[in-house]
Amino acid sequence: MVNWDLLSNALVSGVLLGGFYCAVAVGITIAFGMLDIVNIAHPAFIMMGAFIAYFFNTSYGVDPLLACIVAAPFAYFGGRLMYRLYYLAFERHGEESLQGLAFFFGLLFIIEVGLLLIFGVDYRFVEARYIGPSIQLGFVSIPWRLLLPTIVGLAMVGAVALFNAKTFTGRAILAVSQDPGALRLVGGNPVHIKEVAFGISIATAIVAGALLIIIQPVEPSIGRDFIGRVFAICVLGGMTSLPGTVIAAMLLGIAETLTTTYLGPSWSPAISFGILLLTLGVRPAGILGR
Amino acid sequence: MSLPHASDKAVGEKRSRMRAATLLPLAGMAVAIAIVFFGLDWVGTDYAYLAAYTVLQFVVLSTAWNILGGYAGYVNFASAAFFAVGVYTSVIVYKTVKLPLIATMPLAAIAAGLLGLGVGYLTLRLRGTFFSIATLALSVVMNTLVVNWAFVGGSRGVYVLRPQSIDFFGPYTRYLCIVMLILSIISVLIARAVEKSWFGRGLAALKDDEIAAECAGVPALRLKLAATALSGALMGAAGAPFPFFVTYVDPATAFSLTIAVNTIAMPLIGGTSTWIGPVIGAVLLGSLQQIATVTISSALNLLIVGVLMVIFITLAPNGIVGLVQKIRERRS
Amino acid sequence: MSTASVLSSRGVVKKFGGFTALTGIDFDLGPNERVGLIGPNGSGKSTFVNCLTGALACDAGTIDFGGTDITDMAAWRRARLGLARSFQIPRPFRGLTVRRNIEVPLAFAAGLSDQAQIEAEAEDVLARVGLAAKSRKGPRSLSQVELRKLELGRALAARPKVLIADEAMAGLSDSEVDEILVLLMQLNDSGIAIVLIEHIMRAVVRFSQRVIVLVAGAKIAEGTPMDVLSHPEVVRAYLGQ
Repeated sequence: MVNWDLLSNALVSGVLLGGFYCAVAVGITIAFGMLDIVNIAHPAFIMMGAFIAYFFNTSYGVDPLLACIVAAPFAYFGGRLMYRLYYLAFERHGEESLQGLAFFFGLLFIIEVGLLLIFGVDYRFVEARYIGPSIQLGFVSIPWRLLLPTIVGLAMVGAVALFNAKTFTGRAILAVSQDPGALRLVGGNPVHIKEVAFGISIATAIVAGALLIIIQPVEPSIGRDFIGRVFAICVLGGMTSLPGTVIAAMLLGIAETLTTTYLGPSWSPAISFGILLLTLGVRPAGILGR
Repeated sequence: MSLPHASDKAVGEKRSRMRAATLLPLAGMAVAIAIVFFGLDWVGTDYAYLAAYTVLQFVVLSTAWNILGGYAGYVNFASAAFFAVGVYTSVIVYKTVKLPLIATMPLAAIAAGLLGLGVGYLTLRLRGTFFSIATLALSVVMNTLVVNWAFVGGSRGVYVLRPQSIDFFGPYTRYLCIVMLILSIISVLIARAVEKSWFGRGLAALKDDEIAAECAGVPALRLKLAATALSGALMGAAGAPFPFFVTYVDPATAFSLTIAVNTIAMPLIGGTSTWIGPVIGAVLLGSLQQIATVTISSALNLLIVGVLMVIFITLAPNGIVGLVQKIRERRS
Repeated sequence: MSTASVLSSRGVVKKFGGFTALTGIDFDLGPNERVGLIGPNGSGKSTFVNCLTGALACDAGTIDFGGTDITDMAAWRRARLGLARSFQIPRPFRGLTVRRNIEVPLAFAAGLSDQAQIEAEAEDVLARVGLAAKSRKGPRSLSQVELRKLELGRALAARPKVLIADEAMAGLSDSEVDEILVLLMQLNDSGIAIVLIEHIMRAVVRFSQRVIVLVAGAKIAEGTPMDVLSHPEVVRAYLGQ
């Protein structure tokens, strides 16, 4: 016997979760998929965003999303600075594989422990008008706290896609993702382009953090649960493709809510890993064929 | 009878000098170990043994990590997962057949080695970054598995009773310390043997250029798999005594960030290209942390390790060993 | 010729997405033969070399090495059988000394196990390619022509029956080109069949007994150097457009 009420609710929340995962993963699609920068600290920046939202919300009553949208430009410049450092220390020497990974791992860890020292281990949450009410559609109810992140997440992917299609820098980012040498031939500077793109990637992480703390209470270490998710989405989505990112995010969202509904929430962190390993093991050609 | 030829003699001398050069650090280590050990017995408190145990555990972990990370250049973020496989193998054995610790450790090593083989088989054919990402997610999954497995205590954890003392070795903490000392010596000897063998040189070649290594006849995938399994097995063995060390195990302690971070930070700070680097890193950072935990919080402690690691990989990518070599070269 | 060939391919096809890089290549190399493989940029020469040596898997066709079907064989196994290559852009093991670079194929591809013998042979190979003085140096200290020699030395140390030299002379001066040519001739004299992929026509003409021309992933001509270079299609491919 299938409980249609349960199933349809699970599917709808899966799609909603998927929309939020778009916001979480779009930065990794840019940094890892397009620029080949293995920024495993991405989830830590998401947590940073969540705590920025928390801080301004509890201290000054600012809307969490607004706080992070204001913080995003600062994150953009912070991201550019970080790429500069990464480039000078590792990428320039072709040392990015081992040392670059360890560098980002160190960053991930410093941010996590830093947040832990500042905010403690307790779960923190934000308050806003849209947290609480829901829309009722037939027997499916859609809470605003899930709907808003979905809308913002999809809008972010749309904005990045538009930027890549319409601006010179955006097209250059795509060119770098295809072949770094080719861009130099037409007079572009790949290092500059990567710097800008990495800045954008970090800015998206900060906004995604606001969305996260709107959806659920957070504590610093839950960022680690997102490492598997962001890379699973990026790899499954075909590394460089933005539509692929959206589809993969939706698939992961649905798979996770179905697991939560039928097996219990404690199993859902394992889903992304399953998807990641399966993709890497079964379709490596799809991953390498770029 | 003829006199030995002069050049033969020179060769012989050179060879014995070379042997002395390689044996010297080992002999130095043996002396250091003896001093530390008699020192511990002289202090004689449980705390001294436990502190030494922790440092030695990190010697094993960072040495094991370096076999894959340092020699082959494949970054494994799942050291806590491999360690935890050893921990929980030990818990299972404790709850079922109750084998002695010495017999449990090889089982833990096999279990963790098989895990390495499995993950490696799925991801080592791809670029190194995919392996690293998979290992990042691996910790989360193993954690999820344990949380959902009531037999080994689930998320609530499990208590392990350890005897007060053990025949011949005295207090059980002293026994644990000796076990870990032996395991760390074995690990270092294995790492050193790998480094000096064609296995290790094959890894060094594929670290630099995998395609060129294959074209020189190096079976890259096999060597990587062997290194992953060996490295994982040693981490698993290091986890086996842990339940008796802490007497209460839950996923949070078995998969602790302390282990994941230190295991990577120690070789990188010590230097990844030789067997001595991880040992230096582990002894230095491990001892510092043992001293520092008394005065500062463990979170702050870890933050310092993280910051140190980032500083070292940015400014001194060859670690302490690299710095020493540079200073020596400048002098001569 | 095909009965006695040491390395041959039949109908090798390689596609990258929708782009067909090789459209079915038949190729034969006789024992101790010297063959030149030429073609404009993007004609599929390097792709073909990668398919022969196992760096790429081909989508269709078969490759045979001395009577063994090696179509699906891993690159390292082909190297152990005696199929060696040098790379277009030198790819030394930068973390190892020059001598260790040579020792790796001696230990793995040639399967030597005695350390003293490996060291002695490595010094011997280095002497043959003229790098004896650099034995203990790191590859970073080598010049461009020395890196090319190290590439050839490493291929040679695999004790090959066939050597594929992928643009071993690109970017070298005239006298350096001659140095490499002399070296290749000596290797050929010692019984190694050689495939030379090259842009420098002078070198190809001097070196090759037979020349094969690839254009757009297809073999358009084959024969003695003089015949091939006067072939109208080849002239068009090189000078036309």
